[in-house]
Amino acid sequence: MPAYTLKINGRSRVVDVAADTPLLWVLRDHLGLVGTKYGCGIGVCGACTVHFNGVPIRSCQMPVSTVSGMEVTTIEGLAPEGTHPLQKAWCDRDVPQCGYCQAGQLMTAAALLKSNPSPTDEEIDGAMSGNLCRCGTYLRIRLAVKDAAAAMQGGAK
Amino acid sequence: MSTPALSRREFIRVTTLAGGGFALSLAVPEAGWAQASAGLDDTAKVFTPNAFIKITPENIITILAKNPETGQGVKTSLPMIVAEELDVDFSKVVIEQAGLRPDVGAQSAGGSRSTPENYLALRRAGATARAMLVQAAAQAWNVRVDELETANGVVRHRPTGRTLTYGELATRAAALPVPDEKNVRLKSEAEFRVLGSRVGGVDNPAIVTGRPLFGIDQTLPGMVYAVYEKCPVFGGRVVNANLDRIRRLPGVRDAFVLEGTDVINGLLPGVAIIADSTWAAFSAKRQLQVTWDESAGSGQSSADYEARAAALARTEGTPVRQDGDVDGAFARATKVIEASYHYPFINHATLEPQGCTAWAREGGIEFWTTSQTPASGRDLVARTLRIPPEKLKLNLVRAGGGFGRRLANDYMVEAAAIALRTQGAPVKLTWTREDDMRHCFYRPAAYHHLKGALDAAGRLTAWRNHFVSFGYKNTEQPAPSATLNPNELPARFLAHYRLDQSLIATVVPTGPLRAPGSNGIAFVMQGFIDELAHAGGRDPVEFRLELLGEDRIVPPGQGQRGAPYHTGRMKGVIRLAAEKSGWGRPLPRGEGRGIAFHFSHSGYVAMVAQVAVTPDGNLKVKRVTAAVDVGPIINLSGAENQIQGSIIDGMSMAWLQEMTYDRGRAVQSNFHDYPLLRSTETPEMEVHFLQSDNPPTGLGEPAFPVVPPAICNAIFAACGRRVRRLPITRNDLQWT
Repeated sequence: MPAYTLKINGRSRVVDVAADTPLLWVLRDHLGLVGTKYGCGIGVCGACTVHFNGVPIRSCQMPVSTVSGMEVTTIEGLAPEGTHPLQKAWCDRDVPQCGYCQAGQLMTAAALLKSNPSPTDEEIDGAMSGNLCRCGTYLRIRLAVKDAAAAMQGGAK
Repeated sequence: MSTPALSRREFIRVTTLAGGGFALSLAVPEAGWAQASAGLDDTAKVFTPNAFIKITPENIITILAKNPETGQGVKTSLPMIVAEELDVDFSKVVIEQAGLRPDVGAQSAGGSRSTPENYLALRRAGATARAMLVQAAAQAWNVRVDELETANGVVRHRPTGRTLTYGELATRAAALPVPDEKNVRLKSEAEFRVLGSRVGGVDNPAIVTGRPLFGIDQTLPGMVYAVYEKCPVFGGRVVNANLDRIRRLPGVRDAFVLEGTDVINGLLPGVAIIADSTWAAFSAKRQLQVTWDESAGSGQSSADYEARAAALARTEGTPVRQDGDVDGAFARATKVIEASYHYPFINHATLEPQGCTAWAREGGIEFWTTSQTPASGRDLVARTLRIPPEKLKLNLVRAGGGFGRRLANDYMVEAAAIALRTQGAPVKLTWTREDDMRHCFYRPAAYHHLKGALDAAGRLTAWRNHFVSFGYKNTEQPAPSATLNPNELPARFLAHYRLDQSLIATVVPTGPLRAPGSNGIAFVMQGFIDELAHAGGRDPVEFRLELLGEDRIVPPGQGQRGAPYHTGRMKGVIRLAAEKSGWGRPLPRGEGRGIAFHFSHSGYVAMVAQVAVTPDGNLKVKRVTAAVDVGPIINLSGAENQIQGSIIDGMSMAWLQEMTYDRGRAVQSNFHDYPLLRSTETPEMEVHFLQSDNPPTGLGEPAFPVVPPAICNAIFAACGRRVRRLPITRNDLQWT
């Protein structure tokens, strides 16, 4: 099997896996980064969302052979100590119920705030609409994204 | 496993007198399953008055979380109860998840029972420990106990202001006899500091940083990965499979047939593939070609069920409950209303698919399981694979959703059977989403044929329902969760009431899903009650309050099972929901409010939904106001989460979800054809708790059934379209 060199959370990692292995399973089974979750395997639930050169993508739909050389950020790389304003807001608002989808939610939200630092409710709901939450935490997600946006704006002043 | 032949109390005394101190390992994952659960430690003198509490001289206070956590919040809320009586700062406590163990009472997550079953026992556990720490301080200072007070893990001598932390008292407290916990004083509610406050989930820091936590995250040295293919037709068996080809695929270590049993929620026949990675296993599964014997169920379809239900509707059915003179009451009625209601099969669709990690060695198996009923899972494995239960060790790991799916332990016995074939390597079984969608214990569909009688004043005088449901491969016994409690509202409140039942034989496995029974019945009962209110020209809130009558306790009836109804609590939440929602205030054309009430799992819940329907039939749920009486609230944040989550879940169910079957197999396979509600449809939500002076009860379930009827009744108010069939997408809501 070919070896692929990946840049994950700022670190260079070499993996020896089949070319069609989705990035999701490379992260989970070969690199020990299990924060990124398997939900549907067909790119419709968003639980596997990671950043690919800063853009949120479904890692279950991304074969490892297409990832080489790109910058990948996973939930483990967002802020390992949980200091990202979104992570803090998620805890302050007590967003999670089962928590399984939340890594994907956070990665989508982080990408949103990069491109739109002060989104409206509608913009938040629209941006987050590809991330399913089976427990129904959408209201708190919206509030937490707003809190984080406010905190990031406050920090920038 | 060798355990000391001493009672716990003797053990505490002996080890403390020996000067060695002791440390009881509570739920710390043990390196080996044969390791003793109680190990001696020469350096620590740890206070462990019961299974739930451990305090070290270093002042590390650990509380055991006893029940499986599936997102319902018990890993936070149950330890809060201990912390309250122990009188410690909850934010400074370490929470440890228990494995399955014999000394903490029943460990399950179902029926919204964790709170009511554990509230008193956990308070006593905390209060007992506190009393011993106070006693230890009295000894240390040689003062009277009544001169001492506690707060935030510190004992204070009131006259002198001296203080000692619980940690400083731990060793001395460990030497004291454990008092009879029934004689220990509990706090009054006025003294509560932890209970009723807002506490974030104890796993939140791990969740937001992606640390390993869930069933699917478990990783062990040398672990292999497994998938398990079962017959898509319910009850089918393996004839043969291309195992030689599968074994030669890259990354595949083995492939074999498991004969299984015919226990529907046990080890079904199938083909296991063991591989070096999940992807290798998933890929090999796609190459798998199995010849199945589908004869058991391949003739059945949802369309057949519908035709059968329509035919049965024209028959009498078997009487289940008959009160008064129903025929006479209908003959005397001013108005008779008839309607048929239907709700479909649905799926739990937990976002984490089923799976389990198992490690067979030394004649036993250790599990890392997300089961909601771990003891039943252990017994299923023991029975099926003939392994003594004491050789099975269960670690309970956080589940990515439960909703009743993990009350069954099929995935656990599959993992166990596969683990016996891996030459001692631990194995992680992961179901694909498609496996999960097609092998569920589905919420059974049902058909209700209703008739209601109104008098000249628009009062409800008689009720008749022919309930058409399912039996598993028979027409005599209802299938799991396919029953209708004959005492369900409006039974007990009408002099003339009749319930008949008919069953359709099905091969579809059914089982409990969040608020089983109630989750479909509330839609029917509250929908038809709403129809009757409108037919009689009555306000739907007033109509319900009149039906419930005076404040009183209404038992299920002589010789009948079921919880008593407290009409005061019922009316309390109906009035509160109406008031907070602005009930009766005018709305624009095309908008409406609908009210619904339901009692289940000891909880009283009413909701008002406010919806808008466009003339071309597009629905928007704008606002949902919930009023809830489950007694005092343990964790206000977690409690609100359960209600908000139930509203979203109820909207998904009512609006979007339906499982159908064709040729004996499930048609839907993933979230593209079995949708969940998305963030863009999130309504405004208001949650009001009526914290009555009743014993606290659970919140995982009782709000869920109320959502569909509240929305459907609001749709009628908005546009005059009555939804009698779920999901709502199956209805035409256009109006002019």
